[in-house]
Amino acid sequence: MKTKIEAKNIDVFYGDFQALRNINMQFEENAVTALIGPSGCGKSTYLRLFNRMNDYIDSFNMNGEIVIDGKNIYEKNVLVDELRKGIGMVFQKPNPFPKSIFENVSYGLKIQGIKDKDFLNRRVRKALEQSALWDEVKNDLDKSALALSGGQQQRLCIARTLAVEPKILLMDEPTSALDPIATAKVEELIHQLKEKYTIIIVTHNMQQASRISDFTAFFYMGDLIEYDKTDTIFTKPKNERTQNYITGRFG
Amino acid sequence: MTNSTKNRIKDRIFNFIGIFATLIGIIILGFFIGSILYDGLTRIDWDFLNSLPSRKAEKAGILTAWSGSLWIVIFTFLVVVPLGIAAGIYLEEYGDKSKLSSLLEVNISNLAGVPSVIYGLLGLEIFVRLMNLGSSILAGSFTLALLVLPIIIVATREALKAVPPSIRAASYGLGATKWQTVWYQILPAAGGGILTGVILAISRAVGETAPLIVIGALAYVPFTPSSPMDEFTVLPIQIFNWISRPQHEFTINAAAAIIILLIITFIMNGIAVYFRNKWQKKINW
Repeated sequence: MKTKIEAKNIDVFYGDFQALRNINMQFEENAVTALIGPSGCGKSTYLRLFNRMNDYIDSFNMNGEIVIDGKNIYEKNVLVDELRKGIGMVFQKPNPFPKSIFENVSYGLKIQGIKDKDFLNRRVRKALEQSALWDEVKNDLDKSALALSGGQQQRLCIARTLAVEPKILLMDEPTSALDPIATAKVEELIHQLKEKYTIIIVTHNMQQASRISDFTAFFYMGDLIEYDKTDTIFTKPKNERTQNYITGRFG
Repeated sequence: MTNSTKNRIKDRIFNFIGIFATLIGIIILGFFIGSILYDGLTRIDWDFLNSLPSRKAEKAGILTAWSGSLWIVIFTFLVVVPLGIAAGIYLEEYGDKSKLSSLLEVNISNLAGVPSVIYGLLGLEIFVRLMNLGSSILAGSFTLALLVLPIIIVATREALKAVPPSIRAASYGLGATKWQTVWYQILPAAGGGILTGVILAISRAVGETAPLIVIGALAYVPFTPSSPMDEFTVLPIQIFNWISRPQHEFTINAAAAIIILLIITFIMNGIAVYFRNKWQKKINW
């Protein structure tokens, strides 16, 4: 197994508040890593470090390095928009653009300057097939994305991310706004995507973490408490707090 | 009398005061419009719209006035729309939260409250004299552009603010630059609000009189402008001029011109409302 992403000595501050404390972690390529922990434990903040989405928060401040493919992405000469083309992100709530389905999925390619209609058509179709949405929308590609149901919108957002073929997928509670059927579809999708992508997923759902992830990291109050193979975390955790959390005794 | 009866009477009294306060503006406006229509409606015909000004009231028309207004509106629009929208985008999307930008913000809000005659003096000094434009359409347009600039900036910022942050996040997340995000996602989503602001600003410019008088726009211009460097008059100045004459016939002319001016403003405001509603229907977050 190969290390894709490495977090070294990460401290994160929002003003005076320390959101993450000395995090060191390695993420394996083509694996799903789940980040779990109670609300406010810093896991979403942590996830957003990997594509530098925290940069827009005024009070945000950090120490340490995030190394992807051997390169620290917080170095001064890194072009953030170029970096993000290789790292897709799926958000908690579906956030389609108020445009057509086709325009939503092709947007990431359009901003890279790709205009070839055939190429765009192929990529849009492929992305929608990957996200298991093609059959439902293939005749309505010109319709507004806002007319889709919540579950379809979230799969559209995943398709939008896949269309640019990133290497890494960051997912911030992608199924928290979905019903069980839509959730199952998205989980199935994550399972298939693992072959090609390195996936990091934040989730509040213990069953989900145990179903879809290879590795699980448990965060509590800004500290990384335990990080191991998912099997180990859920069957014989070493730390008592991890045990209490996954068995639902707190959190 | 018990306390509760007292309170109920107070309630009643305030109710009447409220109705009175609400209706008084409408009643006065209704009375005003009624009297204008009574005086001026019969004066409006094709000749009135198509005649040059004259010393004889029955021969005088508003051709130079409305064509001057049209020139002024077009040039004001060309100047103020790109400037106002660009400034709004900068302040909302690019400007950091430094002391400089908060200073800029306070000043722009203050500018919106400066009396329009002050803008006239500014225009007179800078555009008419310093830039040597004379009392031309260009000088008038620049002056009015300054006057309505804050309206467009504020409207643009409000419209941009109303676009949900999740749209920005989605666009940035795909590797879009700031400009791509603004151009492809935020501006189209904010278009309705910006357009409304633009139309309201322009309809304000159509009705402005004081700054144009200060920069030397004349009521008697015996020709229609043919270039932006020509002298000009506009509808409000023509109205002002006619009303200040002693002959009753000119007062009737003024009433007729007021009707035309009101129609133009109502149409523009109507368009603004129409676009706002249409846009709101299209984008329903």
